[in-house]
Amino acid sequence: MDAILELFQYDFFLKAFIAAVLASISCGIVGSYIVSRRIVFISGGITHASFGGIGLAFFLGFNPLLGAVLFAVLSALGIQFFTKVAEIREDSSIAIWWSLGMALGIIFIFITPGYTPNLMSFLFGNILTVTIAELWWMLALTVVIIATFSLMFRKILYIAFDEEYARAAGLPVNLFNYLLIVLIALTVVLNIRVVGIILILSLLTIPQATANLFTNSFKKLLVLSSVFAFTGTVSGLFISYFLDIPSGAAIIFTLVIMFAVLKALKYIF
Amino acid sequence: MEPLIKIVNLNVGYDKTPVLQNVNLEIFEKDFLGVIGPNGGGKTTLLKAILGLLKPFSGTIHFRKDISGRKKPIGYLPQVKHMDKKFPITVFEVVHSGSIMEGASKSKSEINDKVAQLLTEMGVYNIRNKAIGELSGGQMQRVFLCRALLSEPKILILDEPDTFVDNRFEGELYERLRKLNEEIAIVLVSHDMGTISSYVKTIACVNRNLHYHRSNTISQEQLNDYNCPIQIISHGTIPHTVLKQHN
Repeated sequence: MDAILELFQYDFFLKAFIAAVLASISCGIVGSYIVSRRIVFISGGITHASFGGIGLAFFLGFNPLLGAVLFAVLSALGIQFFTKVAEIREDSSIAIWWSLGMALGIIFIFITPGYTPNLMSFLFGNILTVTIAELWWMLALTVVIIATFSLMFRKILYIAFDEEYARAAGLPVNLFNYLLIVLIALTVVLNIRVVGIILILSLLTIPQATANLFTNSFKKLLVLSSVFAFTGTVSGLFISYFLDIPSGAAIIFTLVIMFAVLKALKYIF
Repeated sequence: MEPLIKIVNLNVGYDKTPVLQNVNLEIFEKDFLGVIGPNGGGKTTLLKAILGLLKPFSGTIHFRKDISGRKKPIGYLPQVKHMDKKFPITVFEVVHSGSIMEGASKSKSEINDKVAQLLTEMGVYNIRNKAIGELSGGQMQRVFLCRALLSEPKILILDEPDTFVDNRFEGELYERLRKLNEEIAIVLVSHDMGTISSYVKTIACVNRNLHYHRSNTISQEQLNDYNCPIQIISHGTIPHTVLKQHN
């Protein structure tokens, strides 16, 4: 116990802990929406496409997070455009944007002269290197997400459940869909630090699957998912520190084990 | 008397493919219109056009002044088979979602009271906290009927409410609709002509075109004239097919 408390005296660990709290809340809420609407694959596409923006930012020398946001939002809109306007199958449009983003990222980083950034930390995350500026951005996003979901909870829920009925009622369904896809894009990008591009889908789906074992109400799902995400992220963080393994992978591993154990317990009892 | 809804020369469909052509129809107060026709004939398309979910290629759908506007006080029960049964939403919340329709009360407690009242009337109050996916077909239709009625609509539109339900609930449902019909107009889509014909007042046969029949009895010859390839089952104590489907 002392060893754990001692860790909080370290600046880097305190920052990592705060990042874990913020990531759990934003991913818990947004992930519940993603899972309920069955748009996990779209979210995966957006996540991976953002890598192109990170590469572009390194090549041109601006903030990688900004590049990632740009590409995430562009790909979100691009997938919609490909599907609705260009009439390309949705799963194919997602795959196109998914791989295009990754390819661009690799090309840009390859042609960037001089120092090449550590690709691994973007692909697999490193919560221990999170900066104060990034924490502020994560805090702002978490506040926006909490505000959006508490102020418009019923509308978001009813549109997600039965879009056609909401349209018939005259709700601005498209506007809500775009707002939420932008929130998804931002959530993904600002949490890349925590578990990385390749692993972020896990924070958006595993805590939700665990929470879903215990509740069928959307509201409780939002809260419980955040709680499970927090438990998994923080435990993973400690495990990563004491076993000296990469934090992103340790977090995912903890989340999966937690899900498996609870699922088994629920099955038995 | 001014019709609640007046459809004139409507052409409508999906993307560039027309489904319904040259449809004319008037729906009056306290009408009980049964919409029949073969699968893919355009029954649901007609409902979607009325609900404003599909934009007409040409023609107009005119609403009487008191029910016009962007948000229309229409009760809508969609086809249950398109629902996501795994969605994390409770029965209470599903019915409450009817409050987004125009005409529903604005005050929170009034909406909650009305939801509880409808659930009780429909005999599903005890399962209000269950997830929608845990319900049987009949329970689900009851819940969606509650949602459709929450806004106290002037017109109730039902798209095949008789699928996934047992005979007992079917009879109960139609009796309930008959009672509701004393106050409001009802448009009911069904593929089961035999059951609905004793409840509806008029019939519309939809198969790319729409043929309106101002009576609740219809003969196979008339259906042939309407180019409506469906089976007729006679009324009576023992239902039986009197005529085969024609080619």
